[in-house]
Amino acid sequence: MTTSQADFRDRQFLAVIGDEDSVTGLLLAGIGHVTPPPDNQKNFLVVDAKTDNAAIEAAFERFTTERKDIGIVLINQHIADRIRHRIDTYTQAFPTVLEIPSKDHPYDPEKDSVLRRVRRLFGE
Amino acid sequence: MSGAADREAVFPTRQSLGIMKAKLQGAQTGHDLLKRKSEALTKRFREITRRIDEAKRKMGRVMQIASLSLAEVTYAVGGNIGYQIQESARSARFRIRAKQDNVSGVLLPAFESYLTEGNNDFAMTGLGKGGQQVQRCRETYARAVEALVELASLQTAFVILDEVIKVVNRRVNAIEHVIIPRTENTIKYINSELDELDREEFYRLKKVANKKQRDTAADFAEMKKRKEEREDENQAPEQEAQAGPADILAAEEDEDVIF
Repeated sequence: MTTSQADFRDRQFLAVIGDEDSVTGLLLAGIGHVTPPPDNQKNFLVVDAKTDNAAIEAAFERFTTERKDIGIVLINQHIADRIRHRIDTYTQAFPTVLEIPSKDHPYDPEKDSVLRRVRRLFGE
Repeated sequence: MSGAADREAVFPTRQSLGIMKAKLQGAQTGHDLLKRKSEALTKRFREITRRIDEAKRKMGRVMQIASLSLAEVTYAVGGNIGYQIQESARSARFRIRAKQDNVSGVLLPAFESYLTEGNNDFAMTGLGKGGQQVQRCRETYARAVEALVELASLQTAFVILDEVIKVVNRRVNAIEHVIIPRTENTIKYINSELDELDREEFYRLKKVANKKQRDTAADFAEMKKRKEEREDENQAPEQEAQAGPADILAAEEDEDVIF
């Protein structure tokens, strides 16, 4: 148990890595945040067919380890598939990584890293 | 019990026997407590797992509805508003806060969502047309995000509980399969050594007693012999001495004792 009190006290934002529609919708809900001018870091990343995996990994890395103000990272499942090895080896409790369905890709519980762990634990 | 059995390196004394017994008692109490903790956590864990399963399925539906309302917006506005929205996002209106739950001594964080007042990055979105759809879409997505936040707390609890249960089970097994048998072995070892010492001591005492008995017997025999010899020598004087008391009783006048 290494999650101390201060570790998640100031985690107040969500971050999104997703396709254009998902990001647009979630931003409409009001989760978008851009840090003040010097570094101008966005907490969302729009991924399309042209975005390469390195960029996705870099964003994932930035949201999960570098930034200390993000509590939940939402990532589209089909994008999570592209960096599956990173997602599967990510075991920290904070920030939480949540795989969400996208418009074009229906949700497949078999691929979800957490649900797979659930299945494995209960031997189904 | 072979001597090479796994045991602790102690001297077989009564004191260390006492210490080992206390240790065994402690280990058993600890084992019981940890086992109970593990059971409580597992119960909670199963409940959370079930809820995650449900929440994940619900999330699929909610996101579908949300996507549909976004499609409505795109249709009503008549063009893609994605770019505009991405550029006008400034400060998060929808934020989360972490609070803690305590389950048998394990702190489980739970996220709670809240809306900050007064900042609206998208005041201009859908100003021309489709404002109503935009508004509805925002509400739909806000509800979806709430569901997501709930799911995220469940998932965090899942990850943490998983970790804690593993640690607790490892401890329970270590106590059950290593510490308790080893302490019991040590106690057996000390007991057998103490018994051995007792037997040795008993044997020694017996030897000493035998020796003493022999000595006394010899002494007695000697004394008897000497007495007999003396009796032979002093036959006559003893008879005189036997007459002594009669003399005392028969004594004529004693001298007066004057103080």
